[in-house]
Amino acid sequence: MGHGHEPKDLLYGISAEFDHADDLMRAANRAREAGYKVMDAYTPFPIHGLDEAIGFRDSKVAYSIFFAGLAGFLGGLALTYYTSVIDYPLNIGGRPKFSWPSFFPIMYECTILLAGITAVFGCLAFNGLPRPNHPVFNANNFERASQDRFFLCIERKDEAFDKVETKKFMDSLGAIKVDFVYADEEGW
Amino acid sequence: MAAVEKEPINEPLITGEHTYADFDEQIGRLVLHQSAHGRPWQAMLAIGILGAHLLLLAIGVLLWQGIGVWGNNQPVAWGFDIINFVWWIGIGHAGTLISAVLLLVRQQWRNSINRFAEAMTIFAVMCAGLYPLLHTGRPWVAYWLFPYPNVLAMWPNFRSPLVWDVFAVSTYATISILFWFFGLIPDFATLRDKATTPLVKKIYGLLAMGWRGSAQHWSRYESAYLILAGLSTPLVLSVHSIVSLDFAVSIVPGWNVTLFPPYFVAGAVFAGFAMVLTFAIPLRKIYKLDHLITDLHLDWMAKIMLTTGLIVFYGYLMEVYYSFLGNEYEMFMTSNRFSGPYATLFWLLWFFNGLLPLILFIPKNRRNTKILLLVSTGVSIGMWLERFVIIPMSLHRDYLPSSWQMYYPTVWDIMMFAGTIFFFITLMFLFVRFLPFINIFEVKDLKYRMEKQRDGGGH
Repeated sequence: MGHGHEPKDLLYGISAEFDHADDLMRAANRAREAGYKVMDAYTPFPIHGLDEAIGFRDSKVAYSIFFAGLAGFLGGLALTYYTSVIDYPLNIGGRPKFSWPSFFPIMYECTILLAGITAVFGCLAFNGLPRPNHPVFNANNFERASQDRFFLCIERKDEAFDKVETKKFMDSLGAIKVDFVYADEEGW
Repeated sequence: MAAVEKEPINEPLITGEHTYADFDEQIGRLVLHQSAHGRPWQAMLAIGILGAHLLLLAIGVLLWQGIGVWGNNQPVAWGFDIINFVWWIGIGHAGTLISAVLLLVRQQWRNSINRFAEAMTIFAVMCAGLYPLLHTGRPWVAYWLFPYPNVLAMWPNFRSPLVWDVFAVSTYATISILFWFFGLIPDFATLRDKATTPLVKKIYGLLAMGWRGSAQHWSRYESAYLILAGLSTPLVLSVHSIVSLDFAVSIVPGWNVTLFPPYFVAGAVFAGFAMVLTFAIPLRKIYKLDHLITDLHLDWMAKIMLTTGLIVFYGYLMEVYYSFLGNEYEMFMTSNRFSGPYATLFWLLWFFNGLLPLILFIPKNRRNTKILLLVSTGVSIGMWLERFVIIPMSLHRDYLPSSWQMYYPTVWDIMMFAGTIFFFITLMFLFVRFLPFINIFEVKDLKYRMEKQRDGGGH
């Protein structure tokens, strides 16, 4: 806050808390059918189909792993070719300089190494982690989202969001509790 | 990862009635409260830490004096160092196998055991890595093994299996650590939210990196995890194949065997499952987790041990068969194994790895923890003997009788080996204390699926 502006409304969204995964799934489906687009669900373990229920589809991780693997493979090839053929050729048992089958283990390990590192760090990066602060952590009872409760949060950024109407809609989903979620600072 | 349908679960993999919060409580308690760990934990950690000093001492003497303190000689240039390297790295393989291969083939029974099997992998690879590093004699220049531009204008010889080994083992260690840490992130978040003291909350909060269980995050997480498993599966096979090529690419009788790669991999899985059982059985008893690590888990692990044991034994029989088809050197090597100076060790190997596991054919034995512990300890010994049979027994009588020499480990060899075992124990018990040794979120996932199935619904 501050910067001489009027204090903004720090509303981030409206969250609903459920005590069963199936209730959350139903709620997410209904919210999507009601026309909401910007929402997220929070669960203690992955629930298959929930990403589709909130309208999320993304395969950046898979693509980046593929290209990293390819880069690793070519990098391994370049390394062995440059060192063993161009820069420091060795005659070992009269084998050809470019005896690629014996370079294959190196290329293979480079492929796996790069792809694996990309899988972990790519996934974190696309997820925007590490990010220890997030408005949704302010949701009531949210520490149980990593334990045994299931949350759905419709965000204010959604075009269909309306403080009163959305709250009414969320109340109709059969949640344990529906609450407004506020951010700690501007920018949401 | 929507349309992922899993195999039906016919027998309960988690027994008893639990809520999600119960799992947090049962597993989280072990991490968050010292009171959950009694005397056995204290005793094991104390033994581990005290014993690990043997390792420090052995390494200290080795660095001071040089590798002359070891029993290696000519022609037995590879002794305890390589035996123990191969033994440890083999033990590591069950961890990756449980995590990756069983995930890939959708075996849900992996959920209760994968976490500590992965930890075991990492610690075993750490122990393994010490040996080749110290065998160089000058570990402070071990980076010479890596390709880097240097003033000598030299590069490693990429045609050498020993260089492949450097790449394979370092990649394996890196990927195993990443895989393990990645799997821990959601559980760190659970611990962060359950912790009651601010410091503990902060530590797990840092480790969780702000994980909030968002469906979008889970979606990417699951696809990354699955691909990582897909990458680790061929990796684990490649590592031990490459280790076996250290031998198979040479022309030493007893080493130059094309059977080595698959038979080494089977042996690694065999040894690894034996070690998983050796740890799982006491842990589940001490921490009363038989509802998570059930008799069914033990039964299946025993079956895998039996299967890989049969593959390994088939390998032993094939080696004998080959050698009698081969030349006189191969035949001599085999008869030297049968009746040479180390013949006792050879026959013990056949007993521990060939005969003893056969009792697992009887279903009752596969669920009897005492028998399982006996067999798995036997297998650990047997797999160590296997490496002894392959390495010094092949080297000590090679082509030239004038160069024959016996190999005996020195006290420093033995101390270093014992030291790594204690080091491993120390790390395992620290792990049990500070990290959730059963995967919390996967157990919850399993419970959710079991309920769905019981209610007769799919989705």
